[in-house]
Amino acid sequence: MTAIEARPGIVLDAEERRRLRGARAERIGRWVLPVAIMILAIGLWDRICVWNEIPQYILPRPGVVLQTLWKDAVLLFGSLMVTLRITFLGLALAVAGGVGLAVLFTQSKWVEMSLFPFAIVLQVTPIVAIFPLINIYVDNQTAKLLLCSWIVAFFPILSNTTLGLNSVDRNLIDLFKLNGATRWQQLWHLRLPAAMPYFLGGLKIAGGLSLIGAVVAEFVAGAGGQSSGLASRIIEAGYRLNAPRLFAALFLISVTGIVIFLVLTLVSHLILRRWHESALRQER
Amino acid sequence: MVDDPGSGAPLLSLRSVGKTFSNGVAALDDVSLTIGEGDFISLLGPSGCGKSTALRLIAGLSSPTIGTVEWHKQLGSDCVGFVFQEPTLLPWANVFDNIWLPLRLKGMSRRQAEPAIRDLLDRVRLSGFDKAMPRELSGGMKMRVSIARGLVTRPRLLLMDEPFAALDEITRFRLNTDLLELWREERFTVVFVTHSVFESVFLSNRVVVMAARPGRVFRELDVAAPYPRGEPFRTSPEYAALCRETSDVLGEAIHLNPGAGDDGH
Ligand SMILES: Nc1ncnc2c1ncn2[C@@H]1O[C@H](COP(=O)(O)OP(=O)(O)O)[C@@H](O)[C@H]1O
Ligand SMILES: [Mg+2]
Repeated sequence: MTAIEARPGIVLDAEERRRLRGARAERIGRWVLPVAIMILAIGLWDRICVWNEIPQYILPRPGVVLQTLWKDAVLLFGSLMVTLRITFLGLALAVAGGVGLAVLFTQSKWVEMSLFPFAIVLQVTPIVAIFPLINIYVDNQTAKLLLCSWIVAFFPILSNTTLGLNSVDRNLIDLFKLNGATRWQQLWHLRLPAAMPYFLGGLKIAGGLSLIGAVVAEFVAGAGGQSSGLASRIIEAGYRLNAPRLFAALFLISVTGIVIFLVLTLVSHLILRRWHESALRQER
Repeated sequence: MVDDPGSGAPLLSLRSVGKTFSNGVAALDDVSLTIGEGDFISLLGPSGCGKSTALRLIAGLSSPTIGTVEWHKQLGSDCVGFVFQEPTLLPWANVFDNIWLPLRLKGMSRRQAEPAIRDLLDRVRLSGFDKAMPRELSGGMKMRVSIARGLVTRPRLLLMDEPFAALDEITRFRLNTDLLELWREERFTVVFVTHSVFESVFLSNRVVVMAARPGRVFRELDVAAPYPRGEPFRTSPEYAALCRETSDVLGEAIHLNPGAGDDGH
C-alpha cells in the first residue's frame, strides 16, 4: 500500500490538500461506516424488541442471541465443524473437478463441446430438486452432502478456469510453438498461470457457494434427522420455537461465509499482487 | 571486420510463395525473396500487404498455400527468434525468467542458462533489472526484454514484426541504434517488418517494398550506406535522399491500389 500522507517538507496547494484529506477520509470511512451502521442496526433491533415488548420466541434481543451463542457454544460450534468439514471437502472437490475438467476441455475442443452442456444442466437445475434423487442413489450421508456441495460449487470454477485457459495471448502460443514446447509445457508454463486470475475469481464465488450447498444439503437431508450440521440445529430450534438458538446458528453461518470470502480474497490478492492489474491500487 | 553485410551466402529463399486464407483473402501472391546470411532486411508496406503473414511463413508457424520456403543450410527450428509488435512477456514472471523461457522450454536449467542471460541483459542495457516484473517496466524496457528473449537461443535469424511501432520516437531511436549494434556484434540475420520508411532505411541494407491486394513484392531497394550507422547518419543528407527514394517507391506501391492502407491491421 502506498502512503497517503504527504512527505514532510512538501508544500501542497489547496486542491492537493483537499485530495489528500479526501483519500484519508475514504480510507477510514471504508471500515468505520459499515461498522457504525451495523451497531446502529443492532441497537435499533434491541430497542424495537423492548418498545414493542416482542416475546423472545418471536424476536430475541441481540444480547440474548449472544448469550445463547455462549451458552450453547459446544453444541453450535460442534455443528459448525460438521458443516465446515462438508464445505471445505466440497470446495476441494470442486477445485479438483472444475480445474481438471477445464484442463481436459482445453486439450480437446471436442471434449469441451460434448461435455460443457451437461455442466450447464447441472448448474441450472436447483439443487433441492436434485437432492431426492441423490438421496435414493447414494447411501453414505457424508457422500450425499459432499455431492450436493460439489454440484453447487464446481461450476464457477469450471467456467472461469476454462475461460482463463483459453484467453492466452496468441503470440505467446506462437512463441511456445516456435521453441518446440510440448502440450504439457504449454499447459504448465503458459495456460495455467494465465488462467490463475480467472480461477481465483471463480474460487471466491465457489467458496460461498460450497457453504450454501452444504447447508442446503443438510436442510434437505436433515428432514430425516440424521445430520448434525448447523442446518439441523436451525430446523431443530425452529420446531422448538427456540428463536435465540436459531438466530445464533444463523449468525454463525453468516460469519463463516464472510470469513471464507475474506480468506479467499486475501489468498487471491497474495497470489496476484506482483503481476495482475486487479491487485493494483487504483490511482487517480 | 567485414562491414559489408548481405555479402553472406543465401540463408533462405521464398520461391513463388502464395498464401490464401480460408476466408478467401489472398494475403500473399507469388512472393520470391532471398535472404542472405548477415542481412538486415526490412519488409516495408501498407497495412494488410501480408508482412506478418510472410514472417509467420518464414518462422514455420504457418505453411504456404503454394510455393516453398527453402532453407539453404540444415537449421533446426530453434535457429529462429521472433519479436512481436507487443512485448508479449509473461506477466507473472520477472525479467530474468522471461528471457529464460525459450531455453527453459528446451530443458535448460536456470543455472545453465544464467551466464547467457546475464550477458544478454547487459547487452540490451537491462542489467540490474533481472528481478523486475514486466508491469514495473516502461514500454521501451519491455521491448528490450522481448528482444533479449528473442536472442537468447542465439538464433541465426531474428524475425521482428513492427517491434517498435508502439513506442515513442525518442525510445524508438535508441532501440534502433542499440539493435544495430547488437546485430553488428552478433552477426545474426534480421527480417524486420515496419511501415516506417525512416526506420527501414536507417536499419537495413535492403528494403523490400510490398504492395497489397494481393500482397506481393513491389520492389527491392539496396540501401547503399555503410555501417556503422549512428545518430549522425540520421541527420545526414545521404539518409534524407535514401528516405525520399524509398518513400517514392512506397508511394507508387500504395497508389497501385488506393485505399490499401485503410485496412486497419
Ligand atoms: N489467419 C487469418 N485468416 C484470415 N485472414 C487473415 C489471417 N491473417 C491475416 N489475414 C488477412 O491477410 C491480409 C494480410 O495480413 P497481414 O499479413 O497481417 O498484413 P500486414 O502484417 O502487412 O498488416 C490482411 O487482409 C488480413 O486481414
Ligand atoms: Mg502485421
